Amino acid sequence: MPEDDEDQSPPSDLRSQPPCSPNKSRNCISSSSSQTFPDHVLENVLENVLQFLDSRCDRNAASLVCKLWWKVEGLTRSEVFIGNCYALSPARLTQRFKRVRSLLLKGKPRFADFNLMPPDWGANFAPWVSTMAKAYPWLEKVDLKRMFVTDDDLALLAESFPGFKELVLVCCEGFGTSGIAVVANKCRKLKVLDLIESEVTDDEVDWVSCFPEDVTCLESLAFDCVEAPINFKALEGLVGRSPSLRKLRLNRFVSLEELRRLLLLGAPQLTSLGTGSFSRGDQSDEQGPPDYAAAFRACKSVVCLSGFRELMPEYLPAILPVCANLTSLNFSYANISPDMFKPIIHSCHKLQIFWALDSICDEGLQAVAATCKELRELRIFPFDPREDSEGPVSELGLQAISEGCRKLESLLYFCQRMTNAALIAMSHNCPELTVFRLCIMGRHRPDHVTGKAMDEGFGAIVKNCKKLTRLAVSGLLTDQAFRYMGEYGKLIRTLSVAFAGDSDMALRHVLEGCPRLQKLEIRDSPFGDVALRSGMHRYYNMRFVWMSACSLSMGCCKDVARAMPNLVVEVIGSDDDDENREFVDTLYMYRSLDGPRKDAPQFVTIL
Amino acid sequence: MEQLINLKETELCLGLPGGPDPVETPTKSCLRNKRGFSEIVELKLGLHSTKEGSVDLNVAGAPKEKTLHKDPSKPPAKAQVVGWPPVRNYRKSVMTHQKCSEVEEASSDRGGGTVAFVKVSMDGAPYLRKVDLKMYKSYKELSDALAKMFSSFTMGSYGAQGMIDFMNESKVMDLVNSSDYVPSYEDKDGDWMLVGDVPWPMFIESCKRLRIMKGSEAIGLAPRAMQKCKNRF
Repeated sequence: MPEDDEDQSPPSDLRSQPPCSPNKSRNCISSSSSQTFPDHVLENVLENVLQFLDSRCDRNAASLVCKLWWKVEGLTRSEVFIGNCYALSPARLTQRFKRVRSLLLKGKPRFADFNLMPPDWGANFAPWVSTMAKAYPWLEKVDLKRMFVTDDDLALLAESFPGFKELVLVCCEGFGTSGIAVVANKCRKLKVLDLIESEVTDDEVDWVSCFPEDVTCLESLAFDCVEAPINFKALEGLVGRSPSLRKLRLNRFVSLEELRRLLLLGAPQLTSLGTGSFSRGDQSDEQGPPDYAAAFRACKSVVCLSGFRELMPEYLPAILPVCANLTSLNFSYANISPDMFKPIIHSCHKLQIFWALDSICDEGLQAVAATCKELRELRIFPFDPREDSEGPVSELGLQAISEGCRKLESLLYFCQRMTNAALIAMSHNCPELTVFRLCIMGRHRPDHVTGKAMDEGFGAIVKNCKKLTRLAVSGLLTDQAFRYMGEYGKLIRTLSVAFAGDSDMALRHVLEGCPRLQKLEIRDSPFGDVALRSGMHRYYNMRFVWMSACSLSMGCCKDVARAMPNLVVEVIGSDDDDENREFVDTLYMYRSLDGPRKDAPQFVTIL
Repeated sequence: MEQLINLKETELCLGLPGGPDPVETPTKSCLRNKRGFSEIVELKLGLHSTKEGSVDLNVAGAPKEKTLHKDPSKPPAKAQVVGWPPVRNYRKSVMTHQKCSEVEEASSDRGGGTVAFVKVSMDGAPYLRKVDLKMYKSYKELSDALAKMFSSFTMGSYGAQGMIDFMNESKVMDLVNSSDYVPSYEDKDGDWMLVGDVPWPMFIESCKRLRIMKGSEAIGLAPRAMQKCKNRF
């Protein structure tokens, strides 16, 4: 399942100039003065030591010690994380780090997922792959999120990196099954091919048949988002000759019957299974309904279950044999009623991650609370994602969860009705919360019992959940809520605000508080120039700021851009060149080491 | 007889007629919704003319949101807002598909403008590609693009001739006798023709799919194609 953003690195590691040499009396055995050992010996020693440093933070710290350490760290870093593809150019990456084997690259800001940004904005993988093709022929792993990747990019990747092992594409687009086919065909050492929530066009290519014919190294194959039929026979063959396969996530074009056949082939090794459609085709039952439960009984190692894309509920009990082992269950594409759900969840005692639709209702959530004492992450999505839909879950479900699942760390909850009391309860019951994202779908909805704003509820969350790093707010919120956030949100790194606040003061509270804030995304809130200016002391220390449909003037944005030369200030607007517009449509600004990008489309103005 | 034509009324847009400022809003909403076409339809059909005035719910609407605050008992506006609730398109389309249980159109529509995707297959290549003919203005551009696309499969000889000079019979015969690849296409009548016989705009209209075949196999096409061509002119 897609990861949340986890970034702890400041950009300091990517500056082109190493830090000025500190005083020589520090612990660094620097090269110039007392030359007891030749440089290259020191470098080798350092290299051998630094290669054990894995964590990004540690490496960033190490690189600041002195020039030598900066240089050697650059030589030994094999995994690079780039949280914003426009924060630096590919050339800078290859100059700084010489032996990269693994790259994690993120592109578009998250609000692009919700149609708030026109298509073709950017985040192209092309310049990265072409630069790395020359610089890192030993590249093994590429992990992209919200990038625009074309078939040609995939073809270049497949041709340029003979040892390539892992390709993970999360929320990407721009490519199709023909690109996947090239990767499958040419990356002979491929272990991981994970396509997660990406838009993949159907080029009518039988990509499954493109895998090499001998035994493969495949460990993980996830194609549940591919909206194209596949050659099942070829898939059967592939699974049969992939002895290392542990994770298999099928798309909705694989029927229940086909799933059964696959499980009988390779079930005992699988640890993660995406079930595909979970519905039967039009076959008639010759000897009565097949025993799907037997196939699941064979799944002795499965701990992570997802899929159910076109669920036929009468077959759901077939998964019962695996429920006791499950640590992760994703029902979020299945419209399951409480009655169908309860017998299943009743067996899932070990569950830690649970995603579902709100069709399970408060009743279903109560069942989760009663059984899943180990729950760490809960996501409830709306079956009917409209503002004025019914909303079958409410504060009752949330209250139950808070009482039953005390180890909860991460919550995403869509609902139509909520109360401050439930949030206050959760803030006390679940002290381990690091991610709290509540979406009350009707805009500006107050506490539906008291009629008051949701200030106190969110206030309690930021105050009592001391480990909170990510917060998304909704409902009727006044400036007071933001005062709480600024004062108590000491560890908050990501904040999402929509249709909230009364005035500039709200945003000022956040920008003048929240010392760890990295990512700020705001839409449709009455924050203007005064608020924007109040944060100028910290924009360099943030990854990005997004503000759309707020009250920012072009003049103020220009002022910010002028005052902060290393900040790229993009104004993304509609195509009418109306100079008299009062407010800017969308402001997206981010720090960059290499100045404004050259590939901005017409509707983007970089100030 | 001259009539005053209200140009605004004849302007094409995706909005419903009537309502406040119908011309202004669709363009803005259209831009935001270029990606999700179903969103456009959903947005527009869900509109009521509310007191809040224009359904342009972006920047200009922000101050109007403030008046909503002051009266919490007022029910929220019924009009759907772009990107709210914040559910990813991917998830929304899966749910829509389930609800309608219809086959959804492949989401390869990039940009909402008119596109002319045709499949391109090449003899011997394991997979086919798709090109948008509207992206090119001439045979030369198309030829270059195809050459790049399939460069890993050719012996390097594709594209060396460029598009054939169709009127020159001997040149054509030379080409099909060589081992080079030639592009052919299936036109509206279902006939397979050599690419290059008609003016470019006509080609875009009539081409349904492309096939890059070995020159030797195209021998059968050449005379027929020329025959057709002669008949046309």
